[in-house]
Amino acid sequence: MRNLICHSLTALFKREPFVFLTGDVGFKTLEPLREIMGNYFINAGVAEQNMISVAAGICRKGLSVWVYSIAPFCYARPFEQIRNDLALHKLPVKIIGNGGGYGYGVMGPTHHAIEDYGSLLTLQNFHAFIPAFADDIGSITEKSRTFPIPSYIRLGLCEEPKDFEIPPYVPWRKVLSGKKDTVLVIVGAIAGSYIHHMCAREKNLRPEIWVVTELPLETNPPPDEFLKRLKVVKKIGIIEEHVAQGGFGQMMALWLLKKGITIDRFDHFHAKGYPTHKYGSQHFHRKESGIDVENVLDYYRLLN
Amino acid sequence: MHYESGVGHIGGNLSALDTILVLFHQVLMKEDDFVLSKGHAAGALYIALWSLGRLSDNELRSFHKDNTFLPGHPPFNKFEEISFSTGSLGHGFPLAAGIALANRIKNERGHVFCLTSDGEWEEGSNWETLLFASHHNLFNLTVLIDANGLQGFGTTGEVASLEPLTKKLKGFEIDLFETNGHNADDLRDIIIQSSSRMRIIILRTIKGHGISFMENKMHWHYLPLTEKQYSLALKEVEAS
Repeated sequence: MRNLICHSLTALFKREPFVFLTGDVGFKTLEPLREIMGNYFINAGVAEQNMISVAAGICRKGLSVWVYSIAPFCYARPFEQIRNDLALHKLPVKIIGNGGGYGYGVMGPTHHAIEDYGSLLTLQNFHAFIPAFADDIGSITEKSRTFPIPSYIRLGLCEEPKDFEIPPYVPWRKVLSGKKDTVLVIVGAIAGSYIHHMCAREKNLRPEIWVVTELPLETNPPPDEFLKRLKVVKKIGIIEEHVAQGGFGQMMALWLLKKGITIDRFDHFHAKGYPTHKYGSQHFHRKESGIDVENVLDYYRLLN
Repeated sequence: MHYESGVGHIGGNLSALDTILVLFHQVLMKEDDFVLSKGHAAGALYIALWSLGRLSDNELRSFHKDNTFLPGHPPFNKFEEISFSTGSLGHGFPLAAGIALANRIKNERGHVFCLTSDGEWEEGSNWETLLFASHHNLFNLTVLIDANGLQGFGTTGEVASLEPLTKKLKGFEIDLFETNGHNADDLRDIIIQSSSRMRIIILRTIKGHGISFMENKMHWHYLPLTEKQYSLALKEVEAS
């Protein structure tokens, strides 16, 4: 997704100027953007606290600002700068975090981002974009361009099958119909791996799959079509590459309770950190957490 | 106001007051920005705004009380002179650097002034910004360091061997000055000098300046005045 967002931003800069700050990352990705941006492109160096506050200062003077780094370096390291200098002041700086979830795989746990949108959404005035598919990047770039509050864009890998037709972008999308008596709701890019496995199945052998790409729920509530289906099947499975605490599962459970919607079963598949203290690829860590497609589908006895 | 509200931080307000008054009365132009990084000197900032007629006596009396817009650290959303809510140390300098960089990108004339404390230079973010601002040659930025030598729980020497600060800062591509932070004429003359590089001015100040029993005493970082101390302080000020 990082090449796609670079492409989107390159096209955007040709239409309107903005400032782009990178925390010394982007080799073999951001060069086209750097090429056209001139002094609007700033390598802020390995100094993320400074980068976020400088972004706030630039934004305060009326310029649009995008910030880019490896995900944990731009949301965890400068958390107080995000809290005080961006969120408190409602300065609509856009923070792009590359490698959401276990995206950096065997690079190790310091490079993973499994509590990113949960942490950031505890802040007032904050929005999270969690693109799921390649085609989402253009829509999210355009939407975040004018978003009135600070936002975080969690980039992952594009995992959807090449020949699968993705429905047009909205924050809640039904991407696959199914007749099994469970609705699966998946956050962000991990959805692609589920579609990959499920799209070739017959409807009566698969669940209905919804994909969520924006949070919090207060501003992106579930649509009526989803709620109608949920009220019929009364079973929901939530899948996210994020820890349980502060994750979408908790948000959804609270939302359903507050709305008085009762269901029979609520399953939450989420990142569990490093249960065996061993490290590997993104798929390895998903498997360790039980959020990989094989485990979840086996749980629902959907495998052949 | 500190006495009426029963709050402390008065020592660091008095060390910064002369500088803030010089800035607001003799230096800042309409296009300039000021960031108070040592947000605990909000009282001195409010006094400067009051002296310019931007705050009434009654509004000033609401300082640090319920339903006030004058809390212990300055909020951003009331006065155009306050661009950012500050208080957590190590934020003002990078914010000011961002403003200065934006001015340069936009080809705007405004100069940015930022007042930090000296203990605040223990924050790593300030050194990140010093590298950044000197690398980008933010010549439209001036950082003033209120060097009263005392911080929350000791002297800056005891806590972090901060001095000699001049020597520590000299290696950066900046213009560095040092002056008495309580001599208004000297202050103004140094602050208004133009430069082709970012400037840092170390202000040698006295915590609790102007009140004999407060001067250079660490506990005035925190303590509120008793009635007796307040009367004594008033007498000293009126006699001076």
